[in-house]
Amino acid sequence: MTPQDDSLIPRIAIGDWVDAGIDWLKTNLSWLFDLLRTVMSFLVDNLTELLLLVPALVAIPLFALLALTLRSWKLAVGTLIGFLLVLSMEQWETMMQTMALVLVATVFAVLIAVPLGVLAAISSTVSAIVKPIMDFMQTMPAFVYLIPAVIFFSIGVVPGIFATIIFALPPGVRMTELGIRQVDSETVEAGEAFGATPWQILRGIQLPLAVPTIMAGVNQVIMLALSMAVVAGMVGADGLGKEVVQAISTQNLPLGVEAGLGVVILAVYLDRLTAALGSPGEYRTSLLALAQRTLAQRATTGV
Amino acid sequence: MPPVITAEGLYKVFGKRPRRGVEALRQGRTREELRVEGLTAAVIDASFSVDPGEIFVVMGLSGSGKSTLIRMVNGLLPATDGELRIGDDVLSSMSAARIREVRRQRISMVFQHFALLPHRTVGENAAYGLKVNGVNRSDREARAERALEMVGLKGWGGYRPGALSGGMQQRVGLARALAADTDVLLMDEAFSALDPLIRRDMQDQLVELQQQLDKTILFITHDLNEAMRLGDRIAMMRDGRIVQVGTSDEILNEPANDYVASFIKDVDRSRVLTAGAIMEKPHEILGEGQGPRTAHRMLRATQNPWLVVLHRDRTPRGVLWEEDVAAAVSAGRDDLPWSTVHEMPVVSEDTPIAELFTLSAQHLSPLVVVDDGGRFSGVVPRVTLLTAAGVSNGDGGAPPEAVLTPAPDLDDAQGGAR
Repeated sequence: MTPQDDSLIPRIAIGDWVDAGIDWLKTNLSWLFDLLRTVMSFLVDNLTELLLLVPALVAIPLFALLALTLRSWKLAVGTLIGFLLVLSMEQWETMMQTMALVLVATVFAVLIAVPLGVLAAISSTVSAIVKPIMDFMQTMPAFVYLIPAVIFFSIGVVPGIFATIIFALPPGVRMTELGIRQVDSETVEAGEAFGATPWQILRGIQLPLAVPTIMAGVNQVIMLALSMAVVAGMVGADGLGKEVVQAISTQNLPLGVEAGLGVVILAVYLDRLTAALGSPGEYRTSLLALAQRTLAQRATTGV
Repeated sequence: MPPVITAEGLYKVFGKRPRRGVEALRQGRTREELRVEGLTAAVIDASFSVDPGEIFVVMGLSGSGKSTLIRMVNGLLPATDGELRIGDDVLSSMSAARIREVRRQRISMVFQHFALLPHRTVGENAAYGLKVNGVNRSDREARAERALEMVGLKGWGGYRPGALSGGMQQRVGLARALAADTDVLLMDEAFSALDPLIRRDMQDQLVELQQQLDKTILFITHDLNEAMRLGDRIAMMRDGRIVQVGTSDEILNEPANDYVASFIKDVDRSRVLTAGAIMEKPHEILGEGQGPRTAHRMLRATQNPWLVVLHRDRTPRGVLWEEDVAAAVSAGRDDLPWSTVHEMPVVSEDTPIAELFTLSAQHLSPLVVVDDGGRFSGVVPRVTLLTAAGVSNGDGGAPPEAVLTPAPDLDDAQGGAR
């Protein structure tokens, strides 16, 4: 670049402005960040403790039972084998820490994403504003979120969760909006034609019919949260991510492979489970479906 | 009685600043000219009224504006211009909350693709309007159960709509509308998505229900045969305008323009025309107290081989035949010589002529037509029946050239009527 070019195009210091903005937030809203920090670390710590309260050899059959209830015996067997493998690799505790982080981040992300998606589905203006923000959030390299997160919340699990929520949010919003907009217009019209209020239509027609799509969004949120939870290891969030980061910095291949396998096993488990949650009708061998069929049979044979 | 639904000069234009479209149409600009400017004129200057207890059918092809029109009647689409009244309520100038109130109290609707809630049971679907209206659970369950019984779905309340066939699903849609207990029923292509046989069933059932319930029904269809079967009156729509309103007989016999004429060309007249429409009044009728000699004189005057005999209360007694009368006269008998071979087939005035052919083939004697009270009103001789049927398959009024100078979408018109 020649000196002439340099003077022609002035340097726009976006980075500095953002930095100044973050500084301002830090000084003026520190009470809010402290509050968030307290709440989130309380939730993650307690959930981790709860998950680790039960001995692994009791917890693993319980996880398998959950898989059987919601999906199929195949997933239950897979869970049993996979989780025992994690236990033998001595990654059980870190996996439970990661699971706690992912679950808390997912709950927050869904709590923000679904209402936002509903608003975007109802109002085209909201949709037009939300869409570019979501694009921004998804394409900005995830590591960048960690910098302000550490500034606000210092090192630990909380900046990890913060960055995870931001990174995992977009598919939740998008799929909720899509799900509601996709609801058959005649069915919505039927609600209107019988004099239902917009709220009654949302509650009784649009949301229930959008559930499969919203659940697909939640599934995506969990998957993104899991990938981000590994990155969160860089800022000191306990869990599989921290192991991976440690393995990188010490060139420890065995540790890297074992922690990585732990992530894969957890990812598959959470993915299959939430997918089944979204469309329970497709899994006819699940305990839930069996129970429903038995009940329905009892009802039709006449009691 | 004052009309239940009144539309006066209704316009619906889609696009930016639709009012200017209304002005342009009033100044005589065409739909196509507006389309270039990005405006779609769906309904243009529609005026009609529907009387209490009437089935009013709006008939038109896709794109004729009929679906838009029915959605203006319950305010799902607000009119761009013109006035729409339900009873005395002016729907076109109401707040959203008031319109909702009118819908709850007075109007229910049946949809082309049923529009049922798949995650609710049949019973809950039927009770939907009542639930929205805040009726308590036990009341709405009872009323939904009654409505399901009316449409022949007793005992299906616990199933999901997905477990039912298309025809049954639409019965649920009908039950949902009936359970709401409104006096106005809007039906948007309600039977169009069903198989032809099931469609016939549903049409019959609707007519039957209407006799019990006496609702005011606005029915939208693209099927002219359906329109003719159901409609007390029919409004023919084309390109957003109502081109003719009349009874099926009026539309069949006096089509307002070439478009309507080309349309009715394909109607199966034998299903629309009734015995009452084609019957003849015999010149001579014998009273049961009169003798064979009078009968003989009448037979010679009419040149028919048969003679209708009536009781004193004008109900038919029987048909006398020429050869029996001649034999009785030459034998000097005083009582009427009833035939031992021929019977007297009796039909009511509203029997479609399609159903007369079998009877006519079984009996040599003319079909005797009676009114609702069983009193004699006319006869349908074989020749008359065949002539009427011949018209339906031959040239029905307009000469072939007239039909072959079509409007652009005439082919569609005929396809739609089939």
